[in-house]
Amino acid sequence: MITRTTNPEEQAGYKPGSEKDSAITIKGIREGLLVTLGDGDWETLQERLLKQIEEKGAFFRGARMALDVGNRILHAAQMGALRDRLSDREISLWAVVSNSPVTERTAQVLGLATRLSTPKPERVIRQMDTQLPGEDAILIQRTLRSGFRVSTHGHVVVIGDVNPGAEIIADGNVVIWGRLRGTVHAGAQGNEHSVVCALEMNPTQLRIANLFYAPPSKKKNKGAEMARVVKNEIVTEPWNTR
Amino acid sequence: MTAKVLTVTSGKGGVGKTTTTANIAVALAGLPYKVVCIDADIGLRNLDVVLGLENRIVYDLVDVVEGRCRLRQAMIRDKRLPELYLIPAAQTRDKNAVSPSDMVRLCDELRNEADWILIDSPAGIERGFRNALAPADVVVVVTNPEVSAVRDADRIIGLIEAEEKGPARLILNRVNMNLVKRGDMLNADDVLELLAVELIGIVPEDEAVVVSTNRGQPVALDGKSKAGLAFQNIARRLNGEQVPFLSLEEKDGFFARLGRMFRTGGA
Repeated sequence: MITRTTNPEEQAGYKPGSEKDSAITIKGIREGLLVTLGDGDWETLQERLLKQIEEKGAFFRGARMALDVGNRILHAAQMGALRDRLSDREISLWAVVSNSPVTERTAQVLGLATRLSTPKPERVIRQMDTQLPGEDAILIQRTLRSGFRVSTHGHVVVIGDVNPGAEIIADGNVVIWGRLRGTVHAGAQGNEHSVVCALEMNPTQLRIANLFYAPPSKKKNKGAEMARVVKNEIVTEPWNTR
Repeated sequence: MTAKVLTVTSGKGGVGKTTTTANIAVALAGLPYKVVCIDADIGLRNLDVVLGLENRIVYDLVDVVEGRCRLRQAMIRDKRLPELYLIPAAQTRDKNAVSPSDMVRLCDELRNEADWILIDSPAGIERGFRNALAPADVVVVVTNPEVSAVRDADRIIGLIEAEEKGPARLILNRVNMNLVKRGDMLNADDVLELLAVELIGIVPEDEAVVVSTNRGQPVALDGKSKAGLAFQNIARRLNGEQVPFLSLEEKDGFFARLGRMFRTGGA
């Protein structure tokens, strides 16, 4: 009988159960439990995981779980269903780690973390020949509603609106093909050359590097604008073709 | 008969979810469809009061889920209409007494017996909201023309999309036309520009709603008040009918004033 008497950290590498399940590995990490799912059908693996959890009830109860799903593509309904079933068993799913950008985005949409704070072993990603260094960007083709938060080391391009209560934090530039009414922080690591562009610039708050800009309320200025840093101050100006 | 499950939610509290649920239920039952309402606001139940069925509760939702009674036993029939039933929430428990999968199971059991299943969601975005959302086929978001209510509606619509239950439909409740005309209240266009979802109803602010809620007689029982008519139109739109929106401007014209005079005189 296994009980959670020790700190999970000390149980690193521990696999509960005598019957080893090669497709599911469970180990303790600083943030709780990390469950890695190997190859196999999602539904089957999910059932097997839940079965293991039920068998070892005391070990899992109240645990914080991170799930590594590898290359698997998961949709919100699948991920949400698992989260609910885990929460029925008093386990809170807080992160889903994946190599698939689709799955990562799904996890972000559901408000789950996609990175563990402890660096994972380097994943082997085949570099594409055309990839330009320092030009990583993510494209978001939807309206970001209140409560959504996008945070990235690269640039962000949104095709859609950014509503009040939504937040974008990018180390690079932010371009919004739509209305900006939420909060944007460009150049979050301190790059003052970053810019923010939007077809309608009406942000709740704008930050570039360490500078801060609260726009005048009730601005009725339609038309594309660009915000950038000029002499240690954020200015917005109409985005004319030069 | 395969019922459609409709969840009424809002994020923010106090915008009129329960009143809306009760009135849509009454309007649908008057069309007439067989309607079952489920109050998912466990611990803070209200739908029974608004429907005027409070004194007839014996069993509740948690009793059904925990197997203390059969589903049928918890369904209170509203005697004013041919087929309107309520499954009340438990008052002495909390949201964790029911799980999303319980709600899905319960609705699946009801699907063959009704035309519409209406779920009144609690405020918030936590467990209670997820319980109410899990079985939904159609989600209706209720909001008021206020910045804070619209902000919460936006968040809720995003969560509904994330759970792949979208696109949500919108009811704009408690619109005060005098304030809108003066430019002191958000109008429907302002709200829709931000939320970008389908509008299925505009319900004007109406004293009749307060009176009827207190009496447990939903306004949609008769279409005499503006709000009652608005809810009846919503019910018809939910059934795929094309119903033009009440012209609220006109409502303040001569005929409306005359109508109001008669009503206040009669009441």
